Amino acid sequence: MSTQIQEEADEPTETEAETAPAERQSPGDRRRAEKRTASDQAVGSEPVGRADDDTFRLKVFRYDPEVEGKMEPRFDDFYVPREKGMTVLDALIYARDHYDTTLTFRHSCRQAVCGSDAFFVNGRQRLGCQTQISDLEAPIRVEPLPHQDVVKDLVVDMEHFYDQMHAVEPFFQEDDLPSGDLEEQRQSRENREKIKMSTRCIWCGACMSSCNIAAGDNEYLGPAAINKAYRFAMDDREGDDLKQHRLNIMDQEHGVWRCQTQFSCTNVCPKDIPLTEHIQELKREAVKQNLKFW
Amino acid sequence: MHEHDVLVIGGGGAGLRAAIAAHEEGADVAIVTKLHPVRSHTGAAEGGINAAIRDGDSWDLHAYDTMKGSDYLGDAPAIETLAQDSPGETVQLEHWGMPFSREDDGRVSQRPFGGLSFPRTTYAGAETGHHLLHTMYEQVVKRGIQVYDEWYVSRLAVTDEDDPSDRQCHGVVAYDIKTGQIEGFKARNGVILATGGLGQVYDHTTNAVANTGDGAAMAYRAGAPLEDMEFIQFHPTTLPSTGVLISEGVRGEGGILYNAEGERFMFEYGYANNAGELASRDVVSRAELTEINEGRGVDDEYVYLDMRHLGEERITDRLENILHLARDFEGVDGLEEPMPVKPGQHYAMGGVETNEHGQTCIDGLYAAGECACVSVHGSNRLGGNALPELIVFGARAGRHAAGTDLGEPEIATGKADEFETEDNLDTPVEPGAVADGGEDESAVADGGERTDGSRVSSDPRSDGGETAVASADDVVRRAVENERTRVEYLIEKDEGIQQAELREKLQKSMTQNVNVFRNEEGLKQALEDIREVREAYQDVYVDDPSRTFNTDLIHTIEMQNLIDLAEAITLGALARDEFRGAHWRQEHQERKDDEWLKHTMLAWDDGTPDLYYKPVILDGEEKTYEPKVRSY
Ligand SMILES: Cc1cc2nc3c(=O)[nH]c(=O)nc-3n(C[C@H](O)[C@H](O)[C@H](O)COP(=O)(O)OP(=O)(O)OC[C@H]3O[C@@H](n4cnc5c(N)ncnc54)[C@H](O)[C@@H]3O)c2cc1C
Ligand code: SF4
Ligand code: FES
Repeated sequence: MSTQIQEEADEPTETEAETAPAERQSPGDRRRAEKRTASDQAVGSEPVGRADDDTFRLKVFRYDPEVEGKMEPRFDDFYVPREKGMTVLDALIYARDHYDTTLTFRHSCRQAVCGSDAFFVNGRQRLGCQTQISDLEAPIRVEPLPHQDVVKDLVVDMEHFYDQMHAVEPFFQEDDLPSGDLEEQRQSRENREKIKMSTRCIWCGACMSSCNIAAGDNEYLGPAAINKAYRFAMDDREGDDLKQHRLNIMDQEHGVWRCQTQFSCTNVCPKDIPLTEHIQELKREAVKQNLKFW
Repeated sequence: MHEHDVLVIGGGGAGLRAAIAAHEEGADVAIVTKLHPVRSHTGAAEGGINAAIRDGDSWDLHAYDTMKGSDYLGDAPAIETLAQDSPGETVQLEHWGMPFSREDDGRVSQRPFGGLSFPRTTYAGAETGHHLLHTMYEQVVKRGIQVYDEWYVSRLAVTDEDDPSDRQCHGVVAYDIKTGQIEGFKARNGVILATGGLGQVYDHTTNAVANTGDGAAMAYRAGAPLEDMEFIQFHPTTLPSTGVLISEGVRGEGGILYNAEGERFMFEYGYANNAGELASRDVVSRAELTEINEGRGVDDEYVYLDMRHLGEERITDRLENILHLARDFEGVDGLEEPMPVKPGQHYAMGGVETNEHGQTCIDGLYAAGECACVSVHGSNRLGGNALPELIVFGARAGRHAAGTDLGEPEIATGKADEFETEDNLDTPVEPGAVADGGEDESAVADGGERTDGSRVSSDPRSDGGETAVASADDVVRRAVENERTRVEYLIEKDEGIQQAELREKLQKSMTQNVNVFRNEEGLKQALEDIREVREAYQDVYVDDPSRTFNTDLIHTIEMQNLIDLAEAITLGALARDEFRGAHWRQEHQERKDDEWLKHTMLAWDDGTPDLYYKPVILDGEEKTYEPKVRSY
């Protein structure tokens, strides 16, 4: 979000100054500074690449807290040759490798399992690698995930997302395990089926970014973390006491009750997890549990 | 400087398992990883984990299948350890809550996989790796193990005695991707490399963009030998446009391969009359390429994998994510049409030489997972055998590094005097570091200078004639300084060549010449291309001046690793003039047991690759494995 960008830009080199004082005085630093300004001039508002029938326009959000000129967020235009089967991630890689190696975005698996490349593409959260160019209208506009601090270009700070994920005790906790050395716990097919969708989360952050409530309440656990809680609360292998404990974590001010069932998370989840349904089910379970104690 | 007992480099399956094991032994352990752990490529594994956990199956059957699959180039002690420990480790995952697929009686499901005599591939839908990775990351969170995420390890801090077996690893240097800080990490007990595969050496691969073989290359340059690098597995069923893998599970469930003429070629052309589609990967990959080369491929590029006859219910139940993959990445509906597939780079059987405890010949340096070579897979890995390798040897490395006594290892590491050396390899160009004799060697882009700046001398000092050994802190500090110099140099330089261009050239040549079909001419061509790239790399520069998330810099450093590993693969492939497992030589169509029952070893030797051979160990606990013809 551009609102947060200003704050960051004011203090980008502080840590650097603390840890590497010697380097800051080196001649290399002077040259680096020169290079920074030079590279600013090199890329800018002029579109890069050729506009013709075989190319499409890719508009990419640019921001770097350290490079002068890029401290003010802007969009760069790249004309990328259209290819059959090309994804948004392929297009970004093309632009980076052929036009501007400073273009920065996270990506790794190229197959929708690592969750690195959730971007805001033509106004919607999507995984770059899972989005075919042919399904979009040009110009294709790629921005970092909204409601998250931008680190640089399309890279956002995921810390808050990770904190929320960690806040729900996201780990299996059964201590009453079968005694036999090689004996597994039993789980019915139905129960495995019940948690199946919830176990598919790849921590991409798309859902959290799409959620208005999360945008307004920084403490709201958010859809992905609640889904994680669901994954364990519904797993029969954990006993009833734990289920109760997990419902208690959900049944709090910044837990399930914040959700206003807008379905934005469910709509953007690249793994088709029925997030809103899961949140609703936890609300019902929490109510049921509370009734038990009346 | 950060300091921990045990440092685990990498947060994939092997790294997470190692960290949990070290933590359980009471060590102060931290994971340093360039990707957040859940982003590791272990998450892409689909098929499953081989473990003998059922009546009718046994660890020795698993060991036998693995040895046969390895084409008798696996070491028996490693293979038997894998087969013995896998059941316990797999059930451990279940106890940590991993959502395995289930049978009617509630027990975990297993399925058949290529090259297995019993259906022992334990799976969780078609997303076994995803669940394995997330389940273990959850346990890391539970234990509060510290994770330095998005820290790129760029150098090992190793001492510089002449003989690598006398050297010691004291830690690593890492670069904080977010802020550009370069810091030393000291390891009181040990450093465990778990950096995964090297698929980016090729341009068509199932591996992730981050699989650049960093750990293997760093260990190699620090003196730990690489083992059996020529053995690269190509997966027979990858989608043509992206390299995304269509799991062997499809064939396990009954999927059929057809050529353009609609012939079931695995049988009709006699590639594997018994196993058909379930023959091992190298056999199927070569069959497909033969079909394509002989004009029976579709669009001269691929063949078809058909699963429609399995029916919608079975497909959605067991192979649902295959439907997603085919749709999202190839635009094909697997319920309606056959899927186009072709072979792609998939797995590196070779890696850093280790023993059963994960130790390399350098004291305090361990390796586990795909970057290591114990060796379990020999010349060919069976599907479903990598995930157990991660957990079995990850756990062992973690325990050993934490100080647990695991007994005497049976596998030796390091170069022994009696080993046979390769003196007659005819290479068209000189391999190894570019000797430029520059004064400030640590500043050249090529981090693999002949005297590696990361190593600190422990020579006797002249004052008073006493032997003063460099302290661990000094070793780490020196490595940090050298790294700062290199990074400064790369960023400061403002013209030259960029890594993307070099990477493309290297990858193309490797795919062209060091593929499933190999011949002398192509391999020599590859060595020349690699040399050219290596020399050009001397002039590489980083365009992005920023200290914030400078991926240009990271990719440039990774490029060095790709060059060193591409060369190692190709040298091994040129030396080995036989056909064994995944390594096929046009001029040498038979397995030569008299000559080649030995591991190809490559030591960096301060910039001059030294090729030698280590005998394979076929003596198991109770029996000796007799090499047989590997037919399916
Ligand atoms: C598509 C696919 C399907 C597969 N299916 C199966 C299967 O069904 N069964 C099976 O047994 N095997 C399978 N395999 C093989 C198996 O998944 C891999 O061999 C295994 O997951 C590798 O795990 P790893 O922990 O060694 O590495 P990875 O999971 O790749 O992890 C490497 C880690 O190292 C870190 N890292 C790398 N370099 C650095 C650095 N310089 N500094 C800091 N950190 C670094 C990364 O961040 C990452 O966390 C499959 C492989 C692929 C590609
Ligand atoms: S729930 Fe879906 S959108 Fe949210 S983080 Fe997980 S995979 Fe991404
Ligand atoms: S690159 Fe891994 S999810 Fe897109």
